[in-house]
Amino acid sequence: MPIIRIPTQLRTLTAGSGSVEAEGSTVAEVLKALDVAHPGFADRLFDGGGALRRFVNVFVADEDIRFADGLDTPVEAGTVVSIVPAVAGG
Amino acid sequence: MPSFVESLRCKECARTYPVEALHVCEYCFGPLEVAYDYEAIAAAVSPERIAAGPATIWRYADLLPLPTPGGPAKLGQSQHSAVDLGAGWTPLVRADRLAAELGLGELWIKNDTLNPTGSFKDRVVSVALTKARELGFKVAACASTGNLANSVAAHAARAGMESVVFIPSDLERGKVVTTAVYGGTLVAIDGTYDDVNRLCAELSGEYPSWAFVNVNVRTYYSEGSKTLAFEVAEQLGWEAPDHVVVPVASGSQLTKIHKGFEELHRVGLLRGSDPPPVRVSGAQAAGCSPVATAFADGVDVIRPQKPSTIAKSLAIGNPADGWYALDVVRRTGGALAAVTDDEIVDAIRLLARTEGIFAETAGGVTIATLAKLAASGVVRRDERVVAFVTGLGLKTIEAVAPFAGPTATIEPTLSAFAAAFPQE
Repeated sequence: MPIIRIPTQLRTLTAGSGSVEAEGSTVAEVLKALDVAHPGFADRLFDGGGALRRFVNVFVADEDIRFADGLDTPVEAGTVVSIVPAVAGG
Repeated sequence: MPSFVESLRCKECARTYPVEALHVCEYCFGPLEVAYDYEAIAAAVSPERIAAGPATIWRYADLLPLPTPGGPAKLGQSQHSAVDLGAGWTPLVRADRLAAELGLGELWIKNDTLNPTGSFKDRVVSVALTKARELGFKVAACASTGNLANSVAAHAARAGMESVVFIPSDLERGKVVTTAVYGGTLVAIDGTYDDVNRLCAELSGEYPSWAFVNVNVRTYYSEGSKTLAFEVAEQLGWEAPDHVVVPVASGSQLTKIHKGFEELHRVGLLRGSDPPPVRVSGAQAAGCSPVATAFADGVDVIRPQKPSTIAKSLAIGNPADGWYALDVVRRTGGALAAVTDDEIVDAIRLLARTEGIFAETAGGVTIATLAKLAASGVVRRDERVVAFVTGLGLKTIEAVAPFAGPTATIEPTLSAFAAAFPQE
């Protein structure tokens, strides 16, 4: 299964765990499975229209999904999907 | 202990948080901002009180996010309270020769190359590490395009803190040497600044005892940039300029300069009763212009870019405050423009030749953008204009080295000189 890296701000939803697994072949599927296993993620990651919130960045194998296919970016077993707050740097 | 800070507040959803090492809203991931008691500040501050403070950013301690033992204006006068190398109170110089070249009227350069480590980053780092030390941190860390690296390493040394600085491995040699010399840990990452930044955002979760100045302490750090606006207004006799031109990397500096002028009005320090209608324009390099591109395209979404420009200090392809910078520019009637590497080099030389100020590539971006906006009529001849030049040319000497050498190399004889420079 793909591995999801959880930022500290969301670890209350994973009982403190910084890394969990979730099934899926795209980022969208993996994040949906994450919300099923740990309810609350969808509300925190997505806006009312179903898009990622403005200040949420998602990386697949260290690449920003906006440089790939966004939420349709494919993932495989063992792929690391990182959720990272956008507000950093500069 | 008196303090004018009320809480931290999410800029997106307005949830409030305690005054701790937090930078992101746990609910919506929006950035946290320091919320002040402006009425209390207004009752305490005055031009005289500020003028009696030190010739550093700490003269504005009342408007910075720190505890204020013995009265805010005292902060910075003792090394025991502030982590201070003397950042700020840099010259605001009237630039008539440059103005004439660009067809402008009243033009001023905020020469922030004259900070302790040669860039405006000393302002934000002095605030960040003062706050970090107060919060009990022993290690100062950052993700940097170079200027921040210099400043964090130097201020950490000054404060007796450890430093761990992360930079892209392709940085200019001048910025690597001027960081490493302070003796902290310097980690070069094979990747872009955005890769370094993402790593640091993740590391800050794993190393909660480190103060990453532009991650977990960013809420306080970014407030330091307000002092650029404070100084400009004070140096203009407590008046705001009509138009400012600011370089844009993450977009934080631009938004905080705007906020700085607004705060001065709010606490009654500016002349006049109306809010100052300062137009704010932003400068980017064409090789890394996510905010300028969104402005040109008239869209709200900032699409990240893979940077390719000599202006490495502005090479942030995924700018944290890009959206807010875009919003400020649009609301104030400013503009954003992007300039090529050749235009950047020409502008560095133009500023040096006309005003005697040697800027790094980011300063070239600002001046080239100013020239472009002046030519297109966005920056007008009837405006009082301030351009922010925020880093020293010695840091990026490679950029102009091919164009800046001896006029002639000769033997040490009168005849050789006469041959090389014949008299009329």
